[in-house]
Amino acid sequence: MKVLWLQSGGCGGCTQSLLCAEPRPLFDELRDAGIEFVWHPALAQASGEEAQAILEACAAGQTPFDVLCVEGAMLRGPNGSGKFHLMAGNGRPLTEWVERLAGQASYVFAIGSCTAYGGFSASTPGNPLEACGLQYDEQTPGGLLGADFRSKGGLPVVNIAGCPTHPGWVVDTLEKLALEGLPASDLDDFGRPLFYAGELVHHGCPRNEYYEFKASAEKPSDLGCLMENLGCKGTQAHADCNLRAWNGSGSCLRGGFACIACTEPGFESPGHAFQETPKVAGIPIGLPSDMPKAWFVALAALSKSATPKRVRDNARADHTVVRPAVRKGSK
Amino acid sequence: MSRIVLGPFNRVEGDLEISLDLDGGRIGQARVNSPLFRGFEQLLVGRPALDALAIVPRICGICSVAQSAAAAAALADAMGITLPPNGRLARQLIQATENLADHLTHFYLFFMPDFARPAYADRPWYGSVARRFTALTGDAAAEVLTARANFLKLMGFLAGRWPHSLAIQPGGSTRAITAGERIRLLALLREFRSFLEKRLFGDDLGAVAQLDSKAALLAWADGRVADFPAFLRAALDLGLDQLGRAGDVFLSHGAYALFPAGVRASGATAAFDAAQIAEDSTHAWLLDSPPRHPANGETIVAADKAAAYTWCKAPRYAGQPAEVGALARQLVAGNPLLVDFVARDGGSVVARVVARLLELALVLPAMEAWVQALRPGEAFCAQGKLPDEGSGVGLVEAARGSLGHWLNIKRGRIERYQIIAPTTWNFSPRDATGQPGPLELALVGLAAGEGALPTVQHVVRSFDPCMVCTVH
Repeated sequence: MKVLWLQSGGCGGCTQSLLCAEPRPLFDELRDAGIEFVWHPALAQASGEEAQAILEACAAGQTPFDVLCVEGAMLRGPNGSGKFHLMAGNGRPLTEWVERLAGQASYVFAIGSCTAYGGFSASTPGNPLEACGLQYDEQTPGGLLGADFRSKGGLPVVNIAGCPTHPGWVVDTLEKLALEGLPASDLDDFGRPLFYAGELVHHGCPRNEYYEFKASAEKPSDLGCLMENLGCKGTQAHADCNLRAWNGSGSCLRGGFACIACTEPGFESPGHAFQETPKVAGIPIGLPSDMPKAWFVALAALSKSATPKRVRDNARADHTVVRPAVRKGSK
Repeated sequence: MSRIVLGPFNRVEGDLEISLDLDGGRIGQARVNSPLFRGFEQLLVGRPALDALAIVPRICGICSVAQSAAAAAALADAMGITLPPNGRLARQLIQATENLADHLTHFYLFFMPDFARPAYADRPWYGSVARRFTALTGDAAAEVLTARANFLKLMGFLAGRWPHSLAIQPGGSTRAITAGERIRLLALLREFRSFLEKRLFGDDLGAVAQLDSKAALLAWADGRVADFPAFLRAALDLGLDQLGRAGDVFLSHGAYALFPAGVRASGATAAFDAAQIAEDSTHAWLLDSPPRHPANGETIVAADKAAAYTWCKAPRYAGQPAEVGALARQLVAGNPLLVDFVARDGGSVVARVVARLLELALVLPAMEAWVQALRPGEAFCAQGKLPDEGSGVGLVEAARGSLGHWLNIKRGRIERYQIIAPTTWNFSPRDATGQPGPLELALVGLAAGEGALPTVQHVVRSFDPCMVCTVH
């Protein structure tokens, strides 16, 4: 399966993240699954004219390829000219390259939330960059390719959203397609692969005991639950970050900071400070998915009243100050 | 006189175009174009001040932590916070992990594949170098990707994940390391040390760190089987120790309390004074203004400006272009090996690569000492209060060199945010007086065009450019 990769209005972090794929080194992992790069801006040998020739042959339909991966928002400005990103060496807007190549690809993957929905590039008030995702403007279908776009393989854009993407999300989606095919039923309502977006970040959160008892962190580095005060959206964000470790053993929550829901369209403009939880009458506005407010309020009050001292004290410290009791004897 | 345009320049971070005026097959003038505009300075304006910590990492996927650290330092400056020892050590470890991983990625995945070009098929070293370093298929890739991924597991412990972590805060780190994790960190460092000693250097890091002259380095490399010696053989055969000299003014903000800040020119080092920095936008698609210090800088798009050829501003130190990066850091720190290199031939392709790899040998042992100095149970993050009005400056060293953030806060929100990234220095365009930027100067006189060897490729990549940062 031949993969052509382009980058535009983004940071390149999804590629940097992808290179962290494990346990096998990325290139071996992909090669043995029959996946090869036709060209990749950060990794390929070919540069300059040679690279342009490869891209032109793909865009003109002379070199068949299977998947177009795009990394970075589509910058349509200023005034629809695309001048905010003209491809080096040929001066054509990246948006034009993407439109031509998307017409030839069997499948189009948006790598990262910028590419899927616009991301930070689209979040300046008034959107002067005229930035958008491949098939979305934040939550609204549309984007560069339009709501009705279907690639030759019959799918809308596959949105491997995340800022950045976990290497496993990209590798597994490519391998699913290469080895078994990727039907529409593999994707959720925002075009995200369900194998990772069918979970919540909350699932497997190492702070779960603190969550259960609403024992909340009050300041950065505290061990407690980050939902009540420090902006965590793990109970609403679709991703398997706490089931599938980052960089061996990590995740945002394991790192001690809030999930900012980077797999969700519009995450970049939450309408409140990222590291603060907005509240009305002391109750967080963003409640856990699928949980009626009255239940949450009742449960929170009950669990707070039942919080063990150990959990309460540890929640407000950066290391364990009260260890779990050790019971001696069996009767 | 003819003009050629090179691009897309791959194996750099982001998009890059170089326009060359050729005279008899040699470069008369070079112009460097960063063809992508990102607009981060605008998008930060009006946000709650601490939001910078979530936003600026997204400027750059390869130096996201450096961006975090600069923002955290600027905010700490505005808040008047002092870091606890653990917080300082954790931040140094997180920054060093990214910087060393970047050096590794640059050498193996971005820089070395150019020696596998067919143009070099007749050189005696070609077969072994092409086998090992050809992009995507060379046999070094599997080893280096594994070493890199395992080394970055430090980030899993220290920063939650990489890239785009929120662990670095103005007061230190959100992630207190436990006694058990401290042991795991030391094990990961040992694993990386083993890769460097076996594959990259073919010797102990301590022996590499002590090399003190070009002659000593070449004697050490002679007959040694490892990737760094292989690079030296190929690069010296091609004369890359004599090529790629820019203006030889070198600047460093200082890193990890290990390498000092300073400015080095003409063999002497002077103190660094941030007040001497100004950005000129004469040749950028940005509104003209007299050169401004970043504390009152502005970034206003003027997409149709006739005199412009890039989205990159031209930062100047006391009116002069300056080169930043590992070479600058090590020269300012007085490292004898690099001082000797530059005294002989100025800043060259080889000197830049040697400086990067030398930093792997110098910084990894320091990281081991920092982990040993962590005190589990003591604070990792000081708390502070953000002033409603204020300003702050954050000056750090990314892998690619000096990174500065200048921040103004009004009513708790960001009123102005200006960033000067390393590649903004190195790949700056001409300024109002017509002085070319460092890369533009480094390319002058090189052979290019039809039939020329790919020397330009080596010179450009020797700076390890990060274009997405440049055009923040």
